[in-house]
Amino acid sequence: MTCQLMRPGDWLVLTVAACALLALTDRLWLASGKPQSVVVRSGGQHAQEYSLATNAIYTFVGPLGLSEVEVRDGRVRIAKDPSPKQYCVKQGWLARPGEAALCLPNRISIQIAGGRSFDSLNF
Amino acid sequence: MAAAPQPSPHDCALQATNATAARSVLRFTATSEDRQIARLAAAAVALSAAEAAFPSPLPGVKPGVANIVVLLVLHRYGWRTAIWISLLRVLVSSLLIGSFMSPGFALSLAGASCSLAALGLSRLLPEAWFGPVTQSIFAALAHTAGQIALAYVWLIPHPGLAYFIPILAGAALLFGTVNGLICARLLRGHAAEAGMQLSAQSA
Repeated sequence: MTCQLMRPGDWLVLTVAACALLALTDRLWLASGKPQSVVVRSGGQHAQEYSLATNAIYTFVGPLGLSEVEVRDGRVRIAKDPSPKQYCVKQGWLARPGEAALCLPNRISIQIAGGRSFDSLNF
Repeated sequence: MAAAPQPSPHDCALQATNATAARSVLRFTATSEDRQIARLAAAAVALSAAEAAFPSPLPGVKPGVANIVVLLVLHRYGWRTAIWISLLRVLVSSLLIGSFMSPGFALSLAGASCSLAALGLSRLLPEAWFGPVTQSIFAALAHTAGQIALAYVWLIPHPGLAYFIPILAGAALLFGTVNGLICARLLRGHAAEAGMQLSAQSA
């Protein structure tokens, strides 16, 4: 009789599905699209694009003064900025494609390249 | 739950009585099987309406206990009846909840359709090896896949949706397994009952 709750094939399906799930999680979360570069805009203009592979600090001049963009270990942040509320500095490190930080009124923004970006989504 | 569909759409229900053919009166007679199906559909609707009352951490993460009914129906009445129960469940529970024709309804319908397709395919597997748990896992994963696919092409066309896939698929696997075990347990009770009846007849 095939009365038992878990039949041999059920164990097989469960195991395969769990392994596939782990592989999927690894692919989508842990190794998800490594960001390649960061785009820096100044005054709305595409100013410069830098690789995230090399650690460095770049300096830009805005209406208020100097903003520092720091790249380290494949991540990027605004290290220093003269804007009064310091939002972009407080935002910290950006690591995923599409993530952005912008400094106003110094008119400097950084965005990690790759991935389509939307201002807002409604549904 | 008074929402049971009275004129049951089951095939057997359509019986044009020949005696009244001259007056061309079409009479719908609900057989006992139709009533049984209406009861099961009502149970599925009640389960999914009750489930809708529970808060969910993420849209789409739900136990999907109504699928237990669909699985039971698949085993006792076959695939065609399971399709009826599943689609009636989606339609009637959306009317009850008030989500008919909303995005949520479309997602639910997409999920149910994919789930039914997966159940149809799962019937090709040898029954001695693959039981209700396999079917339930297939149905749950297909349900989630269908919903994510529709959400991606229609509602949220953003690659970021992929970040939710592990959570949604994990929930589907967990709840699929649990629902499958419940279904297997219920079917075992049913089989034992049927076995007793059979031995009583042969005695």
